[in-house]
Amino acid sequence: MNDAVLEKTGSETIAPAGARLKVIDCDIHPSLPNRNAILPFLSKRWQEHFLAYGDHLRTPFLGTTPYPRSSPLIARRDAWPPTGGNPGSDLDFMRLQHLDANGIEFGILQVLDLFLFSQQNLEFGAAIQRAINEWQLECWSKPEPRLKASILVGQDDVPSAIAEIERCAKVGGYVQINVCPRANEPLGRRRYWPIYERAQELDLPLGIHVGGYGGHAPTASGHPSYYNEEHHSNAHSMASQLTSFVIEGVPERFPRLKFVFIEGGYGWVPATTWRMDQHFERFRSEVPHLKRKPSEYVRQNFWFTTQPSEEPDNAGHLRALIEWIGVDRLLFSSDYPHWDFDDPRFAIRTPLTDSERTKIFNDNARRVYKL
Amino acid sequence: MSRHVVARTSDIASGGNKVVTINSREIVVFHVNGRFFALLNRCPHEGAPLHKAACVAHLSAPEPGAFTRTRVGEMLRCPWHGWEFDMATGQSYFDPKGTKVRSYPVAVAEGRELAKGPYVAETFPVTVEDSYVIVEA
Amino acid sequence: MVLRIDCDVHPAVGGTRTTLLPYLSPHWQEQVTSRAIDGLDLTSYPPSMPLSARPDWRPEKGKPGAAWATVCNQALDGLGSSHAILNVIYGAQAVFDPYMAADFCKAINDWIAAEWLDQDPRLRASIVVPMQAPDLAIEEIERRAADKRFVSILVLAQGETLLGKRHFWPMHAAAEKHKLALTIHAGSQYRAAPSSIGWPSYRYEYYLAEAQAAQAQILSLVLEGVFGKFPGLKVVLAESGVSWLPAFMWRTNKTWRGVRVEVPWVDTSPIEIMRNNIRLTAQPFDAPPDKAGIEMLIDQIGSDRMLLFASDYPHWQFDGSDPIPPHLPPAIVQRMCVDNPLETFPRLGLTL
Repeated sequence: MNDAVLEKTGSETIAPAGARLKVIDCDIHPSLPNRNAILPFLSKRWQEHFLAYGDHLRTPFLGTTPYPRSSPLIARRDAWPPTGGNPGSDLDFMRLQHLDANGIEFGILQVLDLFLFSQQNLEFGAAIQRAINEWQLECWSKPEPRLKASILVGQDDVPSAIAEIERCAKVGGYVQINVCPRANEPLGRRRYWPIYERAQELDLPLGIHVGGYGGHAPTASGHPSYYNEEHHSNAHSMASQLTSFVIEGVPERFPRLKFVFIEGGYGWVPATTWRMDQHFERFRSEVPHLKRKPSEYVRQNFWFTTQPSEEPDNAGHLRALIEWIGVDRLLFSSDYPHWDFDDPRFAIRTPLTDSERTKIFNDNARRVYKL
Repeated sequence: MSRHVVARTSDIASGGNKVVTINSREIVVFHVNGRFFALLNRCPHEGAPLHKAACVAHLSAPEPGAFTRTRVGEMLRCPWHGWEFDMATGQSYFDPKGTKVRSYPVAVAEGRELAKGPYVAETFPVTVEDSYVIVEA
Repeated sequence: MVLRIDCDVHPAVGGTRTTLLPYLSPHWQEQVTSRAIDGLDLTSYPPSMPLSARPDWRPEKGKPGAAWATVCNQALDGLGSSHAILNVIYGAQAVFDPYMAADFCKAINDWIAAEWLDQDPRLRASIVVPMQAPDLAIEEIERRAADKRFVSILVLAQGETLLGKRHFWPMHAAAEKHKLALTIHAGSQYRAAPSSIGWPSYRYEYYLAEAQAAQAQILSLVLEGVFGKFPGLKVVLAESGVSWLPAFMWRTNKTWRGVRVEVPWVDTSPIEIMRNNIRLTAQPFDAPPDKAGIEMLIDQIGSDRMLLFASDYPHWQFDGSDPIPPHLPPAIVQRMCVDNPLETFPRLGLTL
């Protein structure tokens, strides 16, 4: 790293990291225009359930999330489509505001609607997931081939999850399998392994997008007071899931499985990895199934999307962070249309070479998702 | 710098705003508490359009829970990341000296004064009966 | 005398029916004996697991860290420290009955004063308090306040509720009034899972999550406005790792810029607040492997006042006789061994 160059580069003069690039955006949130728009994708039995009973969650409110967000529906205030409907629900407006405006070559869809990963009634949850999986293709991927769908499954009902993966794999058009970072148990636990086995066989990356309500408090000391704290706890969930996967030996058991951590940021990755390595020798006899140092699995099997990007005041500090993780491990993501959106023209404020920029904003994702 | 007539005062409702282009620069003019404020229509962070900002109170608290609101509606909360800016100065809340939106002097003038010039009228005729918002940019 | 203050040394409580029995009130003496209330070593630290004690610090029988003479010999003489702060990690902090907790905590503090602090003038200690009932915790703090050998208040990183919440403020006020630091040490009351993802399979994972538990506490203290109310309060994160600090501070600052409206009493940047009020013991450090990495990390922390020298004795964090993590710049080492402990624990009553 060349410190002299970095010192000369004030935040005003940094070449925007995404400039002049075709961008692959690994986190775009399409949305239903309204809740009931899912009804045509549900069977009559689940339509009735949806209308009569609705969501049964481990959270206090019927009509909103436990921590009121920064803005209505967590969205950019300029992302409400002029045609009505919720932010992220109008494909033409998404094209205009994001896909075309920001040079998006491909976008990976991440659906969060309808608390689809957090339904206590697992059968209902599976019906919602299936409906959303069909809706992604019908309303997004088919009319706009730049947008790639994910197979969303609830890992706490493994047989239903496997059945849905098989169904979607047969249909085709999906680029990853998504599970939820907050569910009954840490994702590394054995009960979930059949999902990983199938993902490896199908050569589909396993996506883990922050969120969900699994019933465990956001912190080890219970529930915090503020949205700010809940927002930060997303990074903590991701760090814990990384350690769960690695220490349970999931990448040891499924060495070709690719893990993509989505919307957790990446500031926590180096320290989490150093900490795993630091204490490895001490705990090695507890986990004899690990054949290598934890950092080696992280370097081989895991990728991290960039949003919300870290913004230290010193660009050199960000540069060091990226080097610690490895420039080949990062996948650009915008989180469009949410409030903490990262604009590909301005996010990741540190000087990068053209080759590094191309990797983060395009090539790494192209390889992971085989686009 | 020159003075531009950008709107009739009645064109911008109280609590509303108007985006104008001066020298190919987008400027947003806010009308709040009987005053007009003009700012570059672009957040210095990642470029969000400030005319979509939430117009909120200046919020402080001498101690936890003691929410103190002043200058209601005169702070912008950026439509993307929620950074707050003072409409009058363009200064950000968290870094008033280092992080700001460019702001422009605004005046209100009667049509009969404007008839004396000099000014640049952009897109509409000026009549002596109306009052106008003038931005110096 | 050359000062070198070890800010995290762990004496072991033998048991409630043995070590603590003479220090319990008559009621609790009868209860612990007639009901066999014992075995309260925390699940966080089984004495037999490798991390819990370095092999050369394990006694032939009994728990590591149980005998004061051995601890002074190994932790002070053996590691070249002039003084040590004793942090007792024991189940008194985790029992559910608040009166049992209060009496057990009081007994631990009496035991530490009589059988450790009285034995060796180089020793200092943290006050163990019943966090199950903040009013009882304050009673215990006030009971010890006159004894300057108690230099801080000890709480577990994973508690019933976050430490920034209003019901703990009277405790923070007492800490500030008596110039007692608040030491948040790795360990759990086992109320909530160690992270939002649920209960992990392995102790290894559990131990790693301590870093996030500590971060959640700092976030809570900063955002609830504790340091605005009690600007003199110093909070020490003990045995929580260090290398996560810069990225944690960046994210906290960034999110605060966006949603500061939730907490308008936080009117300076969280990074500045943390640099002023938060301290971290430097074992473990969880460092990057190379010298350049450590130097970068120190530059990112951006303050030479945050680190405190500590061995974490008898926990097995390092081998050999130097607890200072490799490659730290000499100026940082000087401050963490002397200046920073003196500033963080003014009751040490030591001068250069």
